[in-house]
Amino acid sequence: MRADEQLSGAPIASNDDVVRARQRVRALAQECRLSLVDQTKLITAASELARNTLVHGGGGMMSSALVDNGTRRGVRVMFEDSGPGIPDMELALTDGWTSGTGLGLGLSGSRRLVDEFAIESEPGRGTTVVIIKWAR
Amino acid sequence: MSERVPVLKIGDVLLVSIQTDLDDQAVLNLQDDLAARVVESEARGVVIDITAVEIVDSFVGRMLATIASISRLLDAETVVVGMRPAVAITLVELGLSLGGVRTALTLEKGLLALQRSGLRPADGPADPTAS
Repeated sequence: MRADEQLSGAPIASNDDVVRARQRVRALAQECRLSLVDQTKLITAASELARNTLVHGGGGMMSSALVDNGTRRGVRVMFEDSGPGIPDMELALTDGWTSGTGLGLGLSGSRRLVDEFAIESEPGRGTTVVIIKWAR
Repeated sequence: MSERVPVLKIGDVLLVSIQTDLDDQAVLNLQDDLAARVVESEARGVVIDITAVEIVDSFVGRMLATIASISRLLDAETVVVGMRPAVAITLVELGLSLGGVRTALTLEKGLLALQRSGLRPADGPADPTAS
Protein backbone atom coordinates (compact mmCIF):
# COMPACT_ATOMS: atom_id res chain seq x y z
CA MET A 1 0.00 0.00 0.00
CA ARG A 2 1.26 3.44 -0.78
CA ALA A 3 0.12 6.74 0.52
CA ASP A 4 -1.46 8.60 -2.34
CA GLU A 5 -1.10 12.01 -0.89
CA GLN A 6 0.73 13.67 1.91
CA LEU A 7 0.30 12.07 5.29
CA SER A 8 -0.84 14.97 7.37
CA GLY A 9 -0.39 14.83 11.09
CA ALA A 10 -2.20 16.82 13.73
CA PRO A 11 -2.00 16.87 17.50
CA ILE A 12 -4.86 15.61 19.67
CA ALA A 13 -4.45 17.51 22.90
CA SER A 14 -7.88 19.02 23.60
CA ASN A 15 -11.61 18.56 23.03
CA ASP A 16 -11.29 21.04 20.15
CA ASP A 17 -8.69 18.80 18.50
CA VAL A 18 -11.16 15.90 18.58
CA VAL A 19 -13.65 18.09 16.69
CA ARG A 20 -10.91 19.06 14.21
CA ALA A 21 -9.93 15.40 13.82
CA ARG A 22 -13.51 14.61 12.78
CA GLN A 23 -13.44 17.47 10.27
CA ARG A 24 -10.15 16.33 8.71
CA VAL A 25 -11.41 12.77 8.34
CA ARG A 26 -14.70 14.05 6.88
CA ALA A 27 -12.81 16.06 4.24
CA LEU A 28 -10.73 13.02 3.24
CA ALA A 29 -13.79 10.72 3.20
CA GLN A 30 -15.53 13.12 0.82
CA GLU A 31 -12.43 13.44 -1.34
CA CYS A 32 -12.27 9.63 -1.52
CA ARG A 33 -15.96 9.58 -2.52
CA LEU A 34 -16.99 7.16 0.20
CA SER A 35 -20.75 6.62 0.34
CA LEU A 36 -22.61 8.70 2.87
CA VAL A 37 -23.05 5.70 5.20
CA ASP A 38 -19.35 4.80 4.92
CA GLN A 39 -18.35 8.42 5.54
CA THR A 40 -20.52 8.47 8.65
CA LYS A 41 -19.05 5.18 9.90
CA LEU A 42 -15.46 6.30 9.32
CA ILE A 43 -15.93 9.71 10.96
CA THR A 44 -17.67 8.08 13.92
CA ALA A 45 -14.83 5.55 14.34
CA ALA A 46 -12.26 8.37 14.09
CA SER A 47 -14.17 10.34 16.73
CA GLU A 48 -14.10 7.37 19.14
CA LEU A 49 -10.39 6.77 18.58
CA ALA A 50 -9.44 10.45 18.80
CA ARG A 51 -11.25 10.64 22.14
CA ASN A 52 -9.41 7.49 23.33
CA THR A 53 -6.11 9.12 22.36
CA LEU A 54 -7.01 12.21 24.38
CA VAL A 55 -8.66 10.60 27.41
CA HIS A 56 -6.74 7.33 27.82
CA GLY A 57 -3.50 8.13 25.99
CA GLY A 58 -3.08 11.55 27.55
CA GLY A 59 -3.04 13.13 24.09
CA GLY A 60 -1.19 12.20 20.92
CA MET A 61 -1.22 12.55 17.16
CA MET A 62 -3.59 11.71 14.35
CA SER A 63 -2.27 11.22 10.81
CA SER A 64 -4.58 10.70 7.88
CA ALA A 65 -4.15 10.04 4.17
CA LEU A 66 -5.84 8.77 1.06
CA VAL A 67 -4.49 5.34 0.16
CA ASP A 68 -4.70 3.09 -2.88
CA ASN A 69 -4.26 -0.70 -2.88
CA GLY A 70 -4.18 -1.00 -6.68
CA THR A 71 -7.88 -1.67 -7.08
CA ARG A 72 -9.54 0.57 -4.55
CA ARG A 73 -9.06 3.90 -2.93
CA GLY A 74 -9.53 4.37 0.76
CA VAL A 75 -8.89 6.58 3.76
CA ARG A 76 -6.30 5.57 6.32
CA VAL A 77 -6.19 7.17 9.75
CA MET A 78 -3.58 6.53 12.42
CA PHE A 79 -3.78 7.49 16.09
CA GLU A 80 -0.65 7.44 18.23
CA ASP A 81 -0.14 8.18 21.88
CA SER A 82 2.58 7.54 24.41
CA GLY A 83 0.22 6.96 27.29
CA PRO A 84 -0.04 4.03 29.70
CA GLY A 85 -0.93 1.53 26.95
CA ILE A 86 -3.43 -1.29 27.15
CA PRO A 87 -2.42 -4.17 29.44
CA ASP A 88 -5.03 -6.67 28.23
CA MET A 89 -5.84 -6.13 24.56
CA GLU A 90 -8.37 -8.94 24.27
CA LEU A 91 -10.31 -7.50 27.18
CA ALA A 92 -10.08 -3.95 25.80
CA LEU A 93 -11.60 -5.10 22.51
CA THR A 94 -14.58 -6.68 24.25
CA ASP A 95 -17.92 -4.91 23.98
CA GLY A 96 -18.83 -3.22 27.21
CA TRP A 97 -15.40 -3.39 28.79
CA THR A 98 -14.59 0.05 30.06
CA SER A 99 -11.76 1.63 31.94
CA GLY A 100 -14.42 3.56 33.78
CA THR A 101 -15.18 6.72 31.86
CA GLY A 102 -17.29 5.54 28.95
CA LEU A 103 -19.61 2.89 27.64
CA GLY A 104 -16.82 0.55 26.60
CA LEU A 105 -17.78 0.78 22.95
CA GLY A 106 -14.89 2.92 21.71
CA LEU A 107 -12.45 0.25 20.54
CA SER A 108 -14.80 -2.66 19.87
CA GLY A 109 -17.40 -0.41 18.24
CA SER A 110 -15.01 1.49 16.01
CA ARG A 111 -13.46 -1.80 14.85
CA ARG A 112 -16.88 -2.82 13.51
CA LEU A 113 -17.28 0.47 11.63
CA VAL A 114 -14.16 0.20 9.45
CA ASP A 115 -12.72 -2.30 6.96
CA GLU A 116 -9.28 -2.65 8.51
CA PHE A 117 -8.33 -2.17 12.13
CA ALA A 118 -4.88 -2.70 13.60
CA ILE A 119 -3.87 -1.92 17.16
CA GLU A 120 -0.52 -2.13 18.88
CA SER A 121 0.02 -1.31 22.48
CA GLU A 122 2.75 -1.80 24.99
CA PRO A 123 2.11 -1.11 28.65
CA GLY A 124 3.97 2.03 29.64
CA ARG A 125 4.90 2.88 26.04
CA GLY A 126 1.67 3.91 24.37
CA THR A 127 -0.86 2.77 21.81
CA THR A 128 -1.11 3.01 18.03
CA VAL A 129 -4.32 2.35 16.14
CA VAL A 130 -4.60 2.30 12.34
CA ILE A 131 -7.95 2.13 10.55
CA ILE A 132 -8.84 2.03 6.86
CA LYS A 133 -12.17 2.41 5.11
CA TRP A 134 -12.17 1.42 1.42
CA ALA A 135 -14.42 2.97 -1.20
CA ARG A 136 -16.81 0.38 -2.64
CA MET B 1 -14.31 27.91 25.56
CA SER B 2 -17.05 25.49 24.57
CA GLU B 3 -20.15 26.98 23.07
CA ARG B 4 -23.55 26.61 24.71
CA VAL B 5 -26.46 25.27 22.75
CA PRO B 6 -29.59 27.45 23.06
CA VAL B 7 -32.56 25.86 24.82
CA LEU B 8 -35.93 27.25 23.63
CA LYS B 9 -39.24 26.92 25.44
CA ILE B 10 -42.50 26.40 23.55
CA GLY B 11 -45.46 25.86 25.87
CA ASP B 12 -44.58 22.93 28.13
CA VAL B 13 -41.78 21.75 25.89
CA LEU B 14 -38.08 22.59 25.80
CA LEU B 15 -36.59 22.50 22.31
CA VAL B 16 -32.91 22.02 21.59
CA SER B 17 -31.65 22.04 18.03
CA ILE B 18 -28.03 20.94 17.66
CA GLN B 19 -26.61 22.84 14.69
CA THR B 20 -22.85 22.47 14.99
CA ASP B 21 -20.26 19.79 15.66
CA LEU B 22 -20.11 19.96 19.46
CA ASP B 23 -17.00 19.21 21.47
CA ASP B 24 -17.36 16.90 24.47
CA GLN B 25 -17.49 19.72 27.00
CA ALA B 26 -20.33 21.41 25.09
CA VAL B 27 -22.19 18.08 25.14
CA LEU B 28 -21.80 17.83 28.93
CA ASN B 29 -22.86 21.49 29.33
CA LEU B 30 -26.01 20.78 27.34
CA GLN B 31 -26.84 17.87 29.64
CA ASP B 32 -26.51 20.08 32.73
CA ASP B 33 -28.29 23.08 31.16
CA LEU B 34 -31.24 20.94 30.14
CA ALA B 35 -31.63 19.37 33.58
CA ALA B 36 -31.61 22.84 35.16
CA ARG B 37 -34.07 24.23 32.59
CA VAL B 38 -36.50 21.32 33.00
CA VAL B 39 -36.80 22.08 36.71
CA GLU B 40 -36.74 25.87 36.38
CA SER B 41 -39.36 25.99 33.60
CA GLU B 42 -41.39 22.99 34.86
CA ALA B 43 -41.31 21.65 31.31
CA ARG B 44 -43.06 18.34 30.70
CA GLY B 45 -41.27 17.50 27.49
CA VAL B 46 -37.85 17.85 25.87
CA VAL B 47 -37.31 17.67 22.12
CA ILE B 48 -33.75 17.28 20.85
CA ASP B 49 -33.47 17.99 17.14
CA ILE B 50 -30.45 16.28 15.55
CA THR B 51 -31.45 16.89 11.91
CA ALA B 52 -28.19 18.78 11.30
CA VAL B 53 -26.00 16.30 13.18
CA GLU B 54 -23.76 14.31 10.84
CA ILE B 55 -22.37 11.85 13.34
CA VAL B 56 -23.46 10.55 16.73
CA ASP B 57 -20.62 8.73 18.46
CA SER B 58 -20.82 6.87 21.78
CA PHE B 59 -20.26 10.10 23.75
CA VAL B 60 -23.16 11.97 22.14
CA GLY B 61 -25.26 8.78 22.15
CA ARG B 62 -24.71 8.41 25.87
CA MET B 63 -25.64 12.08 26.36
CA LEU B 64 -28.97 11.50 24.56
CA ALA B 65 -29.72 8.46 26.76
CA THR B 66 -28.65 10.32 29.92
CA ILE B 67 -30.80 13.35 29.11
CA ALA B 68 -33.77 11.05 28.56
CA SER B 69 -33.19 9.38 31.96
CA ILE B 70 -32.58 12.64 33.84
CA SER B 71 -35.68 14.26 32.30
CA ARG B 72 -37.78 11.25 33.22
CA LEU B 73 -36.71 11.60 36.85
CA LEU B 74 -37.64 15.28 36.63
CA ASP B 75 -41.09 14.45 35.24
CA ALA B 76 -40.41 15.34 31.61
CA GLU B 77 -40.39 13.14 28.55
CA THR B 78 -37.64 13.33 25.91
CA VAL B 79 -38.00 12.78 22.18
CA VAL B 80 -35.00 12.81 19.83
CA VAL B 81 -36.02 13.91 16.33
CA GLY B 82 -34.47 14.08 12.87
CA MET B 83 -31.91 11.28 13.06
CA ARG B 84 -30.29 10.69 9.66
CA PRO B 85 -30.44 7.14 8.27
CA ALA B 86 -26.62 6.91 8.11
CA VAL B 87 -26.45 7.94 11.77
CA ALA B 88 -28.97 5.24 12.77
CA ILE B 89 -27.04 2.56 10.83
CA THR B 90 -23.75 3.65 12.41
CA LEU B 91 -25.16 3.76 15.95
CA VAL B 92 -26.51 0.22 15.72
CA GLU B 93 -23.23 -1.08 14.30
CA LEU B 94 -21.33 0.77 17.00
CA GLY B 95 -23.42 -1.18 19.52
CA LEU B 96 -25.57 1.65 20.76
CA SER B 97 -29.24 1.11 20.03
CA LEU B 98 -30.48 3.81 22.44
CA GLY B 99 -33.23 1.53 23.71
CA GLY B 100 -34.49 3.95 26.35
CA VAL B 101 -34.67 6.94 24.04
CA ARG B 102 -37.92 7.84 22.31
CA THR B 103 -37.47 9.03 18.73
CA ALA B 104 -39.57 10.61 15.99
CA LEU B 105 -38.62 11.23 12.38
CA THR B 106 -39.42 14.93 12.32
CA LEU B 107 -39.82 17.79 14.76
CA GLU B 108 -43.53 17.93 13.94
CA LYS B 109 -43.99 14.24 14.73
CA GLY B 110 -41.98 14.61 17.92
CA LEU B 111 -44.18 17.44 19.16
CA LEU B 112 -47.28 15.46 18.21
CA ALA B 113 -45.99 12.44 20.14
CA LEU B 114 -45.58 14.59 23.25
CA GLN B 115 -48.99 16.13 22.70
CA ARG B 116 -50.52 12.68 22.59
CA SER B 117 -48.91 11.96 25.95
CA GLY B 118 -50.96 14.86 27.28
CA LEU B 119 -48.50 17.72 26.98
CA ARG B 120 -49.16 21.18 25.69
CA PRO B 121 -46.35 22.00 23.26
CA ALA B 122 -47.95 25.24 22.12
CA ASP B 123 -50.80 27.45 23.27
CA GLY B 124 -53.93 25.41 23.50
CA PRO B 125 -55.40 22.76 25.72
CA ALA B 126 -53.75 19.35 25.90
CA ASP B 127 -57.12 17.67 25.63
CA PRO B 128 -58.86 18.74 22.39
CA THR B 129 -62.27 17.79 23.79
CA ALA B 130 -61.81 20.41 26.50
CA SER B 131 -61.84 23.32 24.05
